[in-house]
Amino acid sequence: MQPSPRWLLALPLLLAFTLSGCADDSGSGGGVQSMKLSTIRGRDKLVCGVDGKLPGFSFLGPDGTYSGLDADTCRAVAAAVLGDPAKVEYRDLNSSERFAALASGEVDMLARNTTMTLSRDSAGGNGITFGPTTFYDGQGVMVPVASGAKTLKDLDGKPICVESGTTTELNLADRMREQGIAYTPLKFQTGDQTYAAYLGGRCVAVTSDRSQLAAKRSSFPNPDEHILLPEVMSKEPLTPASVNGDPAWADAMRWTVFALFQAEELGITKANVATKVAEAKANKNLADLRRFLGVEGDFGKQLGLPADFVPKAIAAVGNYGELFERNVGSGSPLKLERAENRLWTQGGLIYSPPFR
Amino acid sequence: MTSIQPGPESGSTPPLRPARPAPKSVQPSWAGALRQELFASRTDGLVSVLLIMVILAAAVGLLRWALGQAQWAVIQANTTLFAIGRYPIQQQWRLWLLVVLVAALSGVSWGLLRAFPRADRSGEIWPFNDRLAVALLGFLAAWLPAALALGLPLQLRWWVITALLVATRWLAGHWGRSWPPRLVKLVPMSWPLLYLFGMVLIAGGLGLPRVPPSEWGGLLLTLLMASFAILLSFPIGVVVALGRRSSLPLLRWASVLYIEFIRGAPLITLLFLGQNILGYMLPGGWAPDRVWRAAWVLTFFCGAYLAEAVRAGLSAVPPGQLEAARSLGLSMPQALQRVVLPQALRIALPGAVGQFISLLQDTTLLSLIGLLDLLGTARTVMANPEFLGKNAEVYLTLAVLFWCCCAALGLGSRALERRLDPTHSPA
Repeated sequence: MQPSPRWLLALPLLLAFTLSGCADDSGSGGGVQSMKLSTIRGRDKLVCGVDGKLPGFSFLGPDGTYSGLDADTCRAVAAAVLGDPAKVEYRDLNSSERFAALASGEVDMLARNTTMTLSRDSAGGNGITFGPTTFYDGQGVMVPVASGAKTLKDLDGKPICVESGTTTELNLADRMREQGIAYTPLKFQTGDQTYAAYLGGRCVAVTSDRSQLAAKRSSFPNPDEHILLPEVMSKEPLTPASVNGDPAWADAMRWTVFALFQAEELGITKANVATKVAEAKANKNLADLRRFLGVEGDFGKQLGLPADFVPKAIAAVGNYGELFERNVGSGSPLKLERAENRLWTQGGLIYSPPFR
Repeated sequence: MTSIQPGPESGSTPPLRPARPAPKSVQPSWAGALRQELFASRTDGLVSVLLIMVILAAAVGLLRWALGQAQWAVIQANTTLFAIGRYPIQQQWRLWLLVVLVAALSGVSWGLLRAFPRADRSGEIWPFNDRLAVALLGFLAAWLPAALALGLPLQLRWWVITALLVATRWLAGHWGRSWPPRLVKLVPMSWPLLYLFGMVLIAGGLGLPRVPPSEWGGLLLTLLMASFAILLSFPIGVVVALGRRSSLPLLRWASVLYIEFIRGAPLITLLFLGQNILGYMLPGGWAPDRVWRAAWVLTFFCGAYLAEAVRAGLSAVPPGQLEAARSLGLSMPQALQRVVLPQALRIALPGAVGQFISLLQDTTLLSLIGLLDLLGTARTVMANPEFLGKNAEVYLTLAVLFWCCCAALGLGSRALERRLDPTHSPA
């Protein structure tokens, strides 16, 4: 069993290839070493894992293009890394295979309504690296307006519809026990059955993630006759993620998303980003804006991205506010409130660290 | 070969025949038969009336919903997605070409089947069933594109394709006998060639730009997966079935192990295994595309079940057949190929087709591993906020589509059975 000499000859060649790949990368990225970034540049395509079947987050439009908040996150990252939002290959992943697909390198990143939790983040758990949260979701309760219920307390002794075998069911039980509210859970195997029972009047309330409740509500015959109670029973920060062990790639993704937050704060939109860049180029006094848009400084280089990655990302999908309103907010049939997903300046949780 | 089969077969065929030559007196005997079947006694009549009322109520309800309340825009807007998924629009001409070729070859094959009936069958060129089928095709071509609100150019294409199918059927039916025999022999052989060519058209290669499998979807992906698995699982099934009955212990145990491993795990588990494990076993770019992984899992899954169907066929052939063939001087492969397998496969055919039909339906599991087969497409369409809550329309359409595909498989296999049936006496 001796290795063939020909195989040995190929080894230095292989090494040379690997090294030349690194050299390529440092050429455009200013000494930033990232296997993932050079892989993505090499294939000229970002492979993005999405759900693909979630209203408002990722789904196929009639023309065969992906839409939704998660799909647009992929687009923004592709625009930042490759300069073109169309260079994304979407991969529909179900919840059980998403982490395996990320770990095995089948997808470069996940934008798949994944709740950030300790066990998913930790190296001893799923071992993935989370970016900034793009949607703060939480479990909510929907009731008919006619029921007159205003808070959870009003549901005392009433039947509540819930999908069985979900964390939703457990959260409901926990919160109700904490507050000492007696209720009758009506459990169903599927979401369709649950909402059919709710609409049929078998229970006075139905519980699920607030974004899902709103999505379902928009398909009801009379959406206005149902409201979401103000209580939020669980924290579901839906967060894009990348693989552990490539911090440079994680940084590139993280700051691309932050740039969308920052753009909203600065009032830069998809429509005016070109004029803002021109403005920044013309006026030397707008130092912050010039650095943010890559007119001066080397933010792009530090991340291993092109200098103009911020205006490219904004031009592709707009700022975070536009992204939200278009996909799940007032511009979509879902009509979700911004709520926690407002900017920090308006009392929300969307906050970008300084671009400095 | 006649010791087992003919008993039930010849017993079941005679009652069918007298019913046919009496179409003139259909009306009274029909009513009489109905009365006999449904209203023989008072209890029978009561049960019949009740059942008929229930069925009518359900049918009326469904029709009222389908024509009045249902909003079919969800289907009309997404016809392309349902048909071919995200296949790039600039390359769609390749699929049209494929449809044209399939239509033409189907027409020719169909016509030749009628032009060259088996020696012991009636030689009618346009039997009643065929006229019915052509009428149905014509109706579908006229109604379906319009109902789907396709653009006029697309509607025109479907009309032309249907016309081509009927025309080639007519040509081959009437003049097939005068074609040179070599040409006629070429037709059945051109199907596998067309399949390979179709694969090239769909996937790219030979100078055509590549369309990655991740962009195939809808009916295209479903049919592709099913046909790939059906075609490849057949040889696997035959080999493994022979292996299981082989006297060589290694071969036998390998076959048993394969069959029992596959049959011991649900298909969805195997699909997940294929998707998740291969990524770890092979580095990033080297694992086959996930669509092909799923295709191979389906193939091996179907192969194991098919092997058991074929084994049942093999067991039904009396051992004397093989012994007689061997004693006539045929070699083992010759004896298997010419004497045993033809009989075994004919017996195994109904079971095998049942397996194929369930395989076609099992392709819906691909949606659970994130592929955009028909069901996957349906689920992503239903997630479009514009079409939320239109589940009933989408699922009904899927059911009809699947029913059509399965019915086609079933009809085809029954025609094949009849054609292969050696005991069917001349009509």
